Amino acid sequence: MDGSEAEIRMNAVGETTGTEEAERGTSLWRDAWQRLGKNKMAVISTVILILIVLASFIGPFFLKLSYETQNLQLGAVPPDVRHWLGTDTLGRDLFVRILYGGRVSMSVGFCATAVALTIGVFYGAISGFLGGKIDMLMMRVVDIIFALPFTVFVILLMVFFGRKFVLLFAAIGAVQWLTMARIVRGQVLSLRHQEFIEAAEALGLSKPRIIFRHMIPNALGPIIVYATLTVPAVMLLEAFLSFLGLGVQPPMSSWGVLIKEGAEVMEEFPWLLIFPGLVLAITLFSLNFLGDGLRDALDPRAAKD
Amino acid sequence: MATLLRVEHLRTSFHTRAGTVRAVDDVSFSLNPGETLGIVGESGSGKSVACLSLLRLIPSPPGRIETGRADFGGIDLLHCEDRQLRAIRGDRIAMIFQDPMTSLNPYMRVGDQVIEPLVIHAKISREQAWHRGIEALREVGMPDAEKRMRSYPHEFSGGMRQRVMIAAALITKPALLVADEPTTALDVTVQAQILELIRKMQRELGTAVIFITHDIGIVSGFCDRVLVMYAGRIVESGSTAQIFYKPKHPYNQALQKSIPALHEKGEKLYTIPGAPPDLSKPIPGCAFAPRCEFAQEKCTTSTIALKDVTPDHFSACLRIQLREIDLTPAHLPNRLFAGE
Repeated sequence: MDGSEAEIRMNAVGETTGTEEAERGTSLWRDAWQRLGKNKMAVISTVILILIVLASFIGPFFLKLSYETQNLQLGAVPPDVRHWLGTDTLGRDLFVRILYGGRVSMSVGFCATAVALTIGVFYGAISGFLGGKIDMLMMRVVDIIFALPFTVFVILLMVFFGRKFVLLFAAIGAVQWLTMARIVRGQVLSLRHQEFIEAAEALGLSKPRIIFRHMIPNALGPIIVYATLTVPAVMLLEAFLSFLGLGVQPPMSSWGVLIKEGAEVMEEFPWLLIFPGLVLAITLFSLNFLGDGLRDALDPRAAKD
Repeated sequence: MATLLRVEHLRTSFHTRAGTVRAVDDVSFSLNPGETLGIVGESGSGKSVACLSLLRLIPSPPGRIETGRADFGGIDLLHCEDRQLRAIRGDRIAMIFQDPMTSLNPYMRVGDQVIEPLVIHAKISREQAWHRGIEALREVGMPDAEKRMRSYPHEFSGGMRQRVMIAAALITKPALLVADEPTTALDVTVQAQILELIRKMQRELGTAVIFITHDIGIVSGFCDRVLVMYAGRIVESGSTAQIFYKPKHPYNQALQKSIPALHEKGEKLYTIPGAPPDLSKPIPGCAFAPRCEFAQEKCTTSTIALKDVTPDHFSACLRIQLREIDLTPAHLPNRLFAGE
């Protein structure tokens, strides 16, 4: 303890602390941002993610082919100069379909995660902070929703509201926030009786301020890690729903759909599985590295510089 | 001089599955502006709970303030609205805690934590607050204050963190500082520095201090008046000199006897026989009676109130009140009164 503490303090002295303007704003995020900038893997991952997002959302405007343009005479051909990643059995360009599929997968992935994150963090933090009977009640609600069979829930949604893309977000978000709420609640419960929370109360801070200024930042590590795990989970859920015919409809594509279709013909046309799988894998890897980097960057104690 | 704080008949209990624990049992005391009041007692004597009750910081459930009043500038702290209480907490009454290692938020810069009371209580800009924060850190003897404002708590030693806590507590110039064993977790040398610092700040700001401790030696050099608590009750209260030179309760005398003295090398340490009573059961009469060398049957049967035995010196010992026994001061080791 003593040794490491001395080391940390020496580092702190040697460190040229921030700049003058660093006094303002939520400095935790500002500091985290600076630390993140020093994490090579995190930076590379961020760049890759941005490239994939840009390619998916802007790329298709520059392409002559559409995701539904078929060329039945051509059929499935391996990658060549005309079709960079080859074509599928209907002669549709795989590269184009991956870009279009990225739109669906990314929006489902990020939107549903954002929804799950927001609801889960709020719900969990409030439940854990208030404690007692309210906590009990709020957590039983979570248990009940958790017990609902997901597929049935989605089918019901589709039956009542029709097949709308938005419903996909709603359905997936509605399931994913439950675990997030539980994680945040657990964190808040363990923080609840820490002395600095008592001290904050003794300073006259209001409950919301204690929750948002003191508790949530302390729980950010697990929140971020779980959020980065949620994104791929959501993308796979979307693929599963599409497989059941409840998600995106052909000829529209998503990464999940492409992988599923590719898997069916992997022996004859392996590129149809390899490329979508590769793109999904790269995206998920980047997300995980970014999440890891963010978690480390947000913990002032983990600062290695 | 008007009284700053008057606590009357404070009772706090914890309702647990094992029964109701009377942690604080009918405690009354008052405090003048600028005065230092020491509250002494062993672990579980209710000294911390009494002070936490004043700011309603008792976790509830299981804790509950059963009865009492705590008049602070015309406001009853125990019964006022939450909003009123929040305005007082951290602004008029500040608190510092025992363990400086855990009482700072590890995810917030020290500077932000020092100025937090100012930001929420005084309507001033963040920039002004930041400058006041730098001043406050300088006041508590933080070298390189401007730079340290931007550090995180883990970059500080225990003593430095306690300085940060003191800076944060006093930045709003409160009328009352409640210090809950602020030096217990620190090295002895750092302890002395922190005590000196609290005293200096107190002189400069005219803040009254309630100093909770189980270290009777600290009290002797630091406090104007002392309350001795045992089993949730005040057993003796008086000026520091009275408490140490003319003890009027066997518990107080026994406590002082158990201070190890430097020049009595080789002798066996005095300990009070027995253990503190179980507070979940009602205690008739004097709670200390089972461990008291002077106890008689009447000590455990009659109700005993805190009464003045000499002017401004109160004792809850029946036999002292009846003038049946007289106590001699324990021999005080050298380090007592070292600060005087």
